[in-house]
Amino acid sequence: MQSLTDLLVFALHVPDGFLNAPVALLWWVLTVAVLAVAVRKTSGSLNERQIPLMGVMAAFIFAAQMLNFPVLGGTSGHLLGGALAALLLGPWAGMLVMACVVGLQALLFQDGGLLAMGANIFNMGILTAAVGYWLGTPLLRLFGGKPWGLVVTGFVAAWVSVMVAAIACSLQLALSGVPAGVVFPAMLFVHAFIGVGEGLITLAALTFIVSTRPDLVTTLTSYLDPTTTRRPVDGRTVGLVTLVGLLCAVGAAFISPLASGDPDGLERVAEDQGFLDRALDAPFSILPDYTIPGLDGNASTIIAGIVGLLIVFALAYGIAMLIRSRRQAAEEERSAPRPATGER
Amino acid sequence: MTTSFLDRYIDRQSPVHGLDGRVKLLLTLGYILALALLPPGNWLAYAACAGLLWWAISRAQLPLRTILARSIVALPFALVAVSVVFTRPGLPLFSLPLGFATLTATDAGLILFASILLKSWLSVQAALLLTATTHFFDLLAALRALHLPPILVAILSFAYRYMFVLVEEAQRLLRARDCRSATLPGQRSGGSIAWRAAVVGRMVGTLFLRSYERSERIYVAMLSRGYNGNMHTLTPRRLTPTEQGLLVVGLALLTGITTLSFFM
Repeated sequence: MQSLTDLLVFALHVPDGFLNAPVALLWWVLTVAVLAVAVRKTSGSLNERQIPLMGVMAAFIFAAQMLNFPVLGGTSGHLLGGALAALLLGPWAGMLVMACVVGLQALLFQDGGLLAMGANIFNMGILTAAVGYWLGTPLLRLFGGKPWGLVVTGFVAAWVSVMVAAIACSLQLALSGVPAGVVFPAMLFVHAFIGVGEGLITLAALTFIVSTRPDLVTTLTSYLDPTTTRRPVDGRTVGLVTLVGLLCAVGAAFISPLASGDPDGLERVAEDQGFLDRALDAPFSILPDYTIPGLDGNASTIIAGIVGLLIVFALAYGIAMLIRSRRQAAEEERSAPRPATGER
Repeated sequence: MTTSFLDRYIDRQSPVHGLDGRVKLLLTLGYILALALLPPGNWLAYAACAGLLWWAISRAQLPLRTILARSIVALPFALVAVSVVFTRPGLPLFSLPLGFATLTATDAGLILFASILLKSWLSVQAALLLTATTHFFDLLAALRALHLPPILVAILSFAYRYMFVLVEEAQRLLRARDCRSATLPGQRSGGSIAWRAAVVGRMVGTLFLRSYERSERIYVAMLSRGYNGNMHTLTPRRLTPTEQGLLVVGLALLTGITTLSFFM
């Protein structure tokens, strides 16, 4: 018996018929290209021991997707597993394992189409694993061995991976003629919730595995080992995290004209209840109603979004720099030679 | 546990069951690609495609009713596509007043939606026919012949072998949780959603550790039987002239239908 969320997760397994032939073929080409890189990357590090391991891991992800928990009103939450696979096995092996899981589901259970399989593998196998790993490991580094670092990382990486997969799936559907104004909000809304389930399960599984068999997940434990995480985060990691974050935010700015032009929930209630006019306008406004004076239409919204983004980014960066310099000063003080004990 | 209800039909004897996996895989992929290329609203071409498929299903001695019943799995996805009915420009047919807005269905939108549903329905049936008449290891041999990288073939074959073992492991975990989770009728039980998710997360973690340890045992067992990283398989047989003929005629027919549909 399929429950409702099973059908909703199903929304990422695109069946045949819903994607145009050019869209489906284009994503087959992309998928084959990335998988070819993954095969090359893994065959270097892969000894014959790892072939049974990866096969069993694909079976594991398949079985783990069956473990579910009741949420609300007969729906249930369960795992997609791409971020988890990438964090446990590394990005390239994770991609291959997830590609095999998606392929098995399509070939044996008609869960997702054959022509659409390229797009499905790209969304659920390649993107989730890539986001899980290349967002997860820099985050682990930034948190530097703190026990809650793994918790936050597991949740954030898994949630973002589901959202990115949903965005890609919406993009493919939109390119195939389904109106973007419908498919993006619907998919993102549903998967924002599915992603929470994914995040909670992933973080619980990760913390359980790392505390039980830390020897197994060498990629993770190297980040959790106090001796490696003590050294400062290098510039490359900071740059990478910043770049990924900015790209996500700019992407969001570009689809912002799709957002509802209606007032937000609070304003709407205020309007209905007739107390909106009692609200005070901010004493200054740089970007009135998120538009730029003198420009109109979508371009204005996008540019206003990006300008706002840069302001927030600059503020956050400045605060982070302040905290950092203060912490550095404190550390220097601590590491400075202590005066003799008798002095105080 | 078996793969699915389709396993019941996989050991039958029929002209379709006897075909080489490569022929069936290529014809299925060609069929689904041809369907995807057909322009919307070309009912004659859809009918021709459906006729071809149902003829093949009857040759395979599969119950058409079972296939049809099973093929609705893709139907929930229609929810995503239903919006094209109201957004595609065309002659307005009827309007749905919906509180905040009125949705107007157009003829072009309705034709596109019906075409998407038909294509999806026929594609699922084609995939069902392939799965119901071909052993998974024959499919893997076909994929290897089509130059899928050996490592992916190896992962797929291991995954297929151990999928059922691990699914049963997962079912044992679920059963154990159910045994420990008594509920009183009419009363809320079982903690918050985050707590439940954490329980499932630890189950996933347990399953991972058991799978990992199992894979180590498998590797050692294989090593003691002479495994050196290569999978030895029979070399694929040559296609018989009938199979070659069928492949050429089938693909030509599909190309013909697709080409003609653009001129109709």
